[in-house]
Amino acid sequence: MSHYEAPIREPLILGHKSYHDITEDIARPIEGKANKNWYIAFYISLAAMLWGFGCIFYTVGTGIGVWGLSKNIGWAWDITNFVWWVGIGHAGTLISAVLLLFRQKWRMAINRSAEAMTIFAVFQAGLFPIIHMGRPWNAYWVLPLPNQFGSLWVNFNSPLLWDVFAISTYLSVSLVFWWTGLLPDFAMIRDRAVKPFQKKIYSLLSFGWSGRAKDWQRFEEVSLVLAGLATPLVLSVHTIVSMDFATSINPGWHSTIFPPYFVAGAIFSGFAMVQTLLGIMRKVTNLEAYITRLHVEYMNIVIILTGGIVAVAYATEFFIAWYTGSQYEDYTYLSIGSATGPYAWAFWSLILFNIITPQLLWIKKFRRSFIISFLISIAINIGMWFERFDIIAIVLSKGHLPSTWWRFEPTFVDVGIFIGTIGFFFVLFLLYARTFPVIAQAEVKTILKSSGESYKKLRDDNHE
Amino acid sequence: MSSSKVIHAFYNDDEVVLDAVKKVKAANHHIEEVFCPFPVHGLDKAMGLAPTRLAITAFIYGVIGLGMAIWLTYYTMIADWPQDIGGKPSFSWAENMPAFVPIMFELTVFFAAHLMVITFYMRSRIWPFKKAENPDPRTTDDHFLMEIELLDNEEELTALLNETGAVEINVVDKH
Repeated sequence: MSHYEAPIREPLILGHKSYHDITEDIARPIEGKANKNWYIAFYISLAAMLWGFGCIFYTVGTGIGVWGLSKNIGWAWDITNFVWWVGIGHAGTLISAVLLLFRQKWRMAINRSAEAMTIFAVFQAGLFPIIHMGRPWNAYWVLPLPNQFGSLWVNFNSPLLWDVFAISTYLSVSLVFWWTGLLPDFAMIRDRAVKPFQKKIYSLLSFGWSGRAKDWQRFEEVSLVLAGLATPLVLSVHTIVSMDFATSINPGWHSTIFPPYFVAGAIFSGFAMVQTLLGIMRKVTNLEAYITRLHVEYMNIVIILTGGIVAVAYATEFFIAWYTGSQYEDYTYLSIGSATGPYAWAFWSLILFNIITPQLLWIKKFRRSFIISFLISIAINIGMWFERFDIIAIVLSKGHLPSTWWRFEPTFVDVGIFIGTIGFFFVLFLLYARTFPVIAQAEVKTILKSSGESYKKLRDDNHE
Repeated sequence: MSSSKVIHAFYNDDEVVLDAVKKVKAANHHIEEVFCPFPVHGLDKAMGLAPTRLAITAFIYGVIGLGMAIWLTYYTMIADWPQDIGGKPSFSWAENMPAFVPIMFELTVFFAAHLMVITFYMRSRIWPFKKAENPDPRTTDDHFLMEIELLDNEEELTALLNETGAVEINVVDKH
């Protein structure tokens, strides 16, 4: 009876599985050979990544002038991409930490990949501020190190420095959280490896995990405390990112609702990216029994909720811009000015992809459809990119004086670096999907008896 | 030498192993170790393991991190090189404190999380290049292994373990 779960809850693990079946299913993508689709996806991503690296070298070698920036728009695509990637990362921590605190069993099938996505996304995000420095070899100047410049220190009053601390704490804490969870699963791969080289590698990766009762007791405590620490951490990260804008005195940026609204937007976009990735992964790795319609529906419900928060925030921003009666507020990113001006296409893309499209998820049939969820998740990824682009480029394109008006046009280098980070992200994710246990198998085994289809059926039949 | 020998009892179900641990404990045998492929709730209590104090260490590390952040912001912004940034002069730490809250928070989390995980790795003796110590590779797949000290009571213990539902029982020399 210790594994009882209400019959009304749908099973999370489909089919007739035993503990050993779970081991086999999770180990299969690692031990098998990659198929043709994997190689095609990998080479396309690799090509995009190399093109992006080429553009980065060109930028560093020539200067930031190769981007479409000017004295009025000092940052555009780079900071847009930075915020976009950081935001995507948030869903991973939300799934692994917040849902752990709420004891949501469905997180166990998706937390590993979502955390991997977090780490890979934050890598991409971190690239942009460093490239934008122009002299990336001086990037260590953001750290409070004793130095030869007359003991000049970093400025702890600046939100940009808060960002340095927030992002680096976030990345490193996510990494140890992820790795600690991976230890028992690496140990599982290690113990069944036949090839000596594979055994060696997974022995090294598993840190000699042996699975003693005391280790598990500590493991669970550490997971719980890390979840407790990561939850406020993830909220703080996007709060601080929003302060890069909110603490400035630009109309459109100087907004007190930015922190909660950015956090909701980050979770919204992050869940969309999880949906995109898992939609592909469950097919490629044959893990349909673990990543089910129910998981997709639950994620879609989170998307509707956070998307709703974002929509309310947009409406608030639009209303307040109009209500001030200030002409300077008439060209913020959510205003009549931007809806009808030269950036109208960007404004309406935002509304279409981010507000209108996700509303389809209110329909249960769509919410439980893999293909429709996948398509909507792509729309949200695009919409959330436009949100950041609108906040940055539209607001900066109309300063207080007409002499500061400027239209941002990206150069091929801007585009190339962005595409390069998408390639880099997928290269990392594809390599991960071939070498790492993509589902936290040890955790999934703990819910097999309570939420496995055959066990649930057995229990229900006995009750009749 | 019987005292250097241990008995390895294998189980293939988490509920069975939990009951078996309780029965073996009730019969006053000393369980050296239980190796599991996944956490079994209540096993630590059944084995009589003391609760872990890692959460307490995390709190202490967090306090240290907070202290570090306070010292760092005080030393760099107030003591070593005070500046007037944006009309907000750095005369006192307390007056400038609101701007330092994000740093104080991040360093608290940074210290608590990393030092706790390092403590966990040290206490559980897991680190890169460490050799695994589970006696059987099946214990990371679907088998649970109970290791019991053997004191010239092999037959009695084997009978008890069979009764508790062990699927395999081996007597091995402990190195």
